[in-house]
Amino acid sequence: MIRLSQVHKSYGRFEAVKRLDLVIPAGELFGFLGPNGAGKTTTLRMIAGILAPTGGTIEIGGIDIASDPIGAKSRLGYIPDRPFVYDKLTGAEFLRFTAALFGQDGPEVETRIDELLELFELRRWKNELTESYSHGMRQKLIISSAFVHRPEVVVVDEPMVGLDPRSARVLRTLFRRFVERGGTILMSTHTLEIVEGWCDRIGIIREGELAACGTMEELRQEAASEGAGLEDLFLRLTGEHSEPDLDAVLG
Amino acid sequence: MRCSAEMTPLKQPGYLILTSPKWRSALARLRSRPDERPGGRGILLVTAGLLFLGMAFFISFRAVSYFKAVPEIGPLLAAKLLGMAFLAFMSILLLSNLVTALSTFFLARDLDLLVAAPLDWGRFYLTKLGETIVHSSWMVILLAVPLLTAYGVAWDGGPLFPLVAAAALIPLCVIPGVIGVAVTVLLVNIFPARRTRDLLGLVTIFAAAGLVLLLRLLRPEQLAGPEGFQSLIDFIAVLQTPSHPLLPSEWSSAMIMNWLTRVGDPLPIALLWSTAGTLVVFGAIIHQRLFTEGFARAQEGADTASRGASWSGSLIRFVPGLTPMRREFILKDLRIFFRDSTQWSQLILLGVLVAVYLFNIRALPLFTGEEVPIFLVTLIVFLNQGLAGFVIAAVAARFIFPSVSLEGRQLWLLRSSPLDPRAMLRSKYLVGVLPLLILALILTITTNTLLQASMFMMAVSVATVVAFTLAVGGLALGIGTLFPQYDSENAAQIPTSFGGLIFMLLAIALLGAVIVLEAIPVMEYLDGLRFTGEGTVSRRGWLMFAAAALLAALAGIVPMRRAVRQLEKLEA
Repeated sequence: MIRLSQVHKSYGRFEAVKRLDLVIPAGELFGFLGPNGAGKTTTLRMIAGILAPTGGTIEIGGIDIASDPIGAKSRLGYIPDRPFVYDKLTGAEFLRFTAALFGQDGPEVETRIDELLELFELRRWKNELTESYSHGMRQKLIISSAFVHRPEVVVVDEPMVGLDPRSARVLRTLFRRFVERGGTILMSTHTLEIVEGWCDRIGIIREGELAACGTMEELRQEAASEGAGLEDLFLRLTGEHSEPDLDAVLG
Repeated sequence: MRCSAEMTPLKQPGYLILTSPKWRSALARLRSRPDERPGGRGILLVTAGLLFLGMAFFISFRAVSYFKAVPEIGPLLAAKLLGMAFLAFMSILLLSNLVTALSTFFLARDLDLLVAAPLDWGRFYLTKLGETIVHSSWMVILLAVPLLTAYGVAWDGGPLFPLVAAAALIPLCVIPGVIGVAVTVLLVNIFPARRTRDLLGLVTIFAAAGLVLLLRLLRPEQLAGPEGFQSLIDFIAVLQTPSHPLLPSEWSSAMIMNWLTRVGDPLPIALLWSTAGTLVVFGAIIHQRLFTEGFARAQEGADTASRGASWSGSLIRFVPGLTPMRREFILKDLRIFFRDSTQWSQLILLGVLVAVYLFNIRALPLFTGEEVPIFLVTLIVFLNQGLAGFVIAAVAARFIFPSVSLEGRQLWLLRSSPLDPRAMLRSKYLVGVLPLLILALILTITTNTLLQASMFMMAVSVATVVAFTLAVGGLALGIGTLFPQYDSENAAQIPTSFGGLIFMLLAIALLGAVIVLEAIPVMEYLDGLRFTGEGTVSRRGWLMFAAAALLAALAGIVPMRRAVRQLEKLEA
């Protein structure tokens, strides 16, 4: 479970996130949508403990991340938008290192590493340095690292960058099984079809505030647009439906 | 039928625009950030820079004036000194251009943008050549300024001397630049760029190590003592040795000495500039023929085999009491160090510097001629502690100071995991300090044995160096965390940052304070030896030892504690 109460984040006078209240219960895959610069990544990084909120509280699995960061983070898996890994470690070494950061090692971890690498077709690259991995392979390695320690909550920022169609399907199944077994996922992405097809509920953030939140049906009702697709709803709810003058741009 | 649109000649961007990302970024770095107190950093950097330049000028001026005053052969000696300095500069420039060219021409992040743009190859070559030369040469020019100013002042070079000096230095920077770029282009066409980087790194380290050894073994101090030679002819012959009429460094030095001694010989300047110009043309031709293929090869995959540090894995598993987190952290740091040739190869240079250090101590004329008083020997043993301490601080700056900064791109993982910052710092401290301690003990025990130090001085030196090493490790890690360079990918550049300067200043201050405190009991011991034949230390002396130990402990612990707090509130 993830709970955000009155969470805000300021950089000087600029308020990136404004008094955000959000509860994502166990067993839910929550999609986070918003235009560029709306505050999605800032919110995700605060939940992951990378940024400190200016105010408000964040709980992961019922533990306040400010008062018990180690306890809260031990339940979390985080997949960032940019797959930076240690170039001079092999894929297996990187996963072993990640598991150790969560205090886990031994034969059970080795088995999990093999299973995850097999799942994402990285088994044959297991003992190669990650500097030779493609962007997509690094992304799959980072996704594996978020699951290697068996987290309760996973926070995902743009998971589809660089993934091939097969890996995307594997990821969808993995996420679905994870939430069916009681896990919680908060996923931010710009791919509307993914949000529409994968998520139980959707939150739309605009200028640091939650503009809308609910199931697809609830969002349709809120926007008074029965039968509309997520793209129309998104543009309507974020107030970005005006068409730009393309002729002027293209010359 | 025409299948393509008529092409009009494309207007090429100017060099100012092409280089604007570099110089604009440099300007932006110079401006203080809005959240920082303005001025403080700049004032400290300018003061340190001026102090350094002032000292370099003072030493150069003393040396040049001394040589100038030597009757008959004064100008010859001064020219020799300048020629040797320029030869060293040129060797350094050649090595540094080789490494820089690989980065600017084949590995830089802006290359995709520039290569994909409809940019004329000649313009691309000259832009990147300029960038390579500036990157490789600025430090050498900074060193050359006080030296040449000393020559100008000592010989009264006149108001036009700076122009003459610039005319002598510019081609001296261009020539190694063009050669470095051409050799790099050729190497990349033979090896993949990433392997070439490894290769170049090794070549550079070996060549630099060789250069240091060569300069030391040449014993340049002999030039200041002609009485060691059989005759003046022999001495003058030695003055001639490293010179070669075809070396550009000799032309540069001749050009400057001609101006200073009022000799009207246009040959050196003609040789310098025509050679530089011709080499730029030849370099451009090589670039035009080979760059495209080399660049394509540079995009090929990296060296994929995992190797090295497997021994450390088996070794460290036997160390009891390590949590999985700490063990994997130590293993990770060891693996990365020994798999990165830009890091481990520095050990070779370190080895050579240690060898030169030991050679210098061995070359001291303490036990070869007349008997030197025990007082003087003990004083040298004591002061040697300072020298060893400085070496330890420099090694800590290179190997321990950057270790937290190097986590920059992976901070997302460390910050989102339940990793305790204390555990991370302790692991890094352990990995950094243990080898440093071994090095410190080897240096101290070997030099003290060579100096035939007494048991008392051996004990004082060993205890001091252990305390100082433990302290300086904490100081390096702490200051490295408080002044991080998370964007830097090159470990060797991190110690040259503002934080690196702060660390070195603090380390030297600590070293000075420890030596001053320990001087009191050591003097008591020496006085005892001199007057009663028995060295003793009073209660006050022991208190001074305790104060030095306390100071070292504080210098290690306080920055580490502040670093933990910094990591706890860090926003990546």
